[in-house]
Amino acid sequence: MAQLTTPARPGRRTVRWWRGAVLLLAGVYFVVPLAASFWFSIDDPQGISFAAYTGLLSAPGFLDSLWLTLGLAVVTVVVLLLLLVPALIAVRLGSPKLRPVIDVLCTLPLVVPPVALTAGLIGVLRWGPDYLMDTPFFQTFVFIQDPDFPLVLVIAYVLMALPLAYRALDAGLRSMDVRTLVEAARNCGASWPRAVFTVVLPNLRGALLNASFLTLALVLGEFTTASILGFQPFPVWIYSVGNSQAHMSVAVSILSLLLTWLLLLLLATAGRERHAKTAAS
Amino acid sequence: MTTAPTPVPTTPAATSPGGGAGASATATTTSPTTSPTTAPAPRRRPLARLGGASWLATVPLLLFFLIGFGLPTIAIVIGAFTTSSDAETGAGQFTFDNLADSVQGGYLTAMLSSLKLSALTALLATALGLPLAQAVVTSRRGWLRQAVLTASGVLANFGGLPLAFAFVATLGNAGEITRLLHLTDHGWSLYSFTGLTIVYLYFLVPLMVLTITPALDGLRTQWREAAQNNRATTVQYWLHVALPILAPSLLGGFVLLFGSAFAAYATAAAMVGATVPLVSRSIADALSGNVLVGQGNLALALSLNMIVVAVLVMAVYLPLQRRSARWLS
Repeated sequence: MAQLTTPARPGRRTVRWWRGAVLLLAGVYFVVPLAASFWFSIDDPQGISFAAYTGLLSAPGFLDSLWLTLGLAVVTVVVLLLLLVPALIAVRLGSPKLRPVIDVLCTLPLVVPPVALTAGLIGVLRWGPDYLMDTPFFQTFVFIQDPDFPLVLVIAYVLMALPLAYRALDAGLRSMDVRTLVEAARNCGASWPRAVFTVVLPNLRGALLNASFLTLALVLGEFTTASILGFQPFPVWIYSVGNSQAHMSVAVSILSLLLTWLLLLLLATAGRERHAKTAAS
Repeated sequence: MTTAPTPVPTTPAATSPGGGAGASATATTTSPTTSPTTAPAPRRRPLARLGGASWLATVPLLLFFLIGFGLPTIAIVIGAFTTSSDAETGAGQFTFDNLADSVQGGYLTAMLSSLKLSALTALLATALGLPLAQAVVTSRRGWLRQAVLTASGVLANFGGLPLAFAFVATLGNAGEITRLLHLTDHGWSLYSFTGLTIVYLYFLVPLMVLTITPALDGLRTQWREAAQNNRATTVQYWLHVALPILAPSLLGGFVLLFGSAFAAYATAAAMVGATVPLVSRSIADALSGNVLVGQGNLALALSLNMIVVAVLVMAVYLPLQRRSARWLS
């Protein structure tokens, strides 16, 4: 380990001083905007006021957009896992030839920026009224654009989260020998579903959590697609509030940062618990 | 993009056989840079009983991908090369006009400005992230490392709207620091190219720290000691040993940051409005109808340009990432 064997050299003192300076500068750059925006959100001409935080719940549209976003996030996570997990387990067990295909598919969304993906989606959605007016497909187009629960956003979010979730699940599957586990379970007389549900999935828990949290964080902060398509989940609501009530939008920004922080802490804790458990056994 | 595929520090899903203090200090990323923690299992004969039907489990994913990703891509390609429905000559005619318009005038400016901003911020973030990561990696304090990596994971994901609002509250015209230091009197404006650069660095530097830390961990102490035994100075060690080994990782990180900055939309949209033209904003404008009559498909041509740049980025990034994974594992 590098830290244990720092060689004693004449230049060492300057090196350590330099390290402190770097860390200090970085600390200032990263902490000041956070501290300043917190101050901004409670700064009031009359003194200090937490009105921006207390007024949130009664702000028009706050709860609606929050519920919409949470709903979208849950559906996205479920759809994503239902699509990815069976496919990834299958390519490891029975169809290794498909593995490069899945690998490419799950990397491809990285080359289409969200704005471009949105443009493509709008292009497809325009086919509805243009060409499919008289067919049953038209109802599908209307259905996925229902403003109460726009499924088209779920499609976009699943695609955006695909590379992230794929990497997370792939890393999880790499760390265990799926084939041996399943063979062992099968030899003990377990059926296929039983082998997958009681042996593979519990071992994959950390990776599943990891993929879910990353997806969740992505959906909670996604603004591009939703705003261009004209729906109003939480991030779009923050934006519209920012135009009229600057204090409240900054307050919500801080809260959403804390939420992301919490999610990632949970993720790290989940990973560590699993780590500790396996290390102890 | 607002939601760039940013790596997050987690304890590795793969449990390292060593365990103990050394293992708890390792960090990995879930980004595309993730290097295989364990070698893939050697290929064996497929299980006879499942072999036949197992591909069925991949069908939903393939179908979803074909519809959800294939159709929009086709729509972009077709749309970029055909006239839009409001054109005089009628919809669906083959044309190069959209593409020609998309690399002219204001759109060219926007593209160049996007490229310039992405290249500059990625370069700065690489140059600033490397010393920061090195300071963290060589630190003897475990908690410092853990804290910086966790904070980096959060901040790298802190793109988009919250970031824009935080900076407006800090350095905007009515921001706390601006008022405190009377920055506007000195000609400061957050809503400019410089302002945007500072804001972008806020999520790019942490991203760089996350990307480069595994590579710095891979630098062996023996290499440094060998260099020192041969009377190399620190500068010589960095120039002739460390940087050449790190080069693929650094370049890969740079390209990843470039792609991230290039695709970003929300931060710029919420902050600068039209003062800094960016290609992602031009697409959004064109989609909401702010184009001349007959140019409805211009947004799709612009999207195609953006995809071409992103494809180039990935074409550089993925081989580099494999290369660095091979060197430093």
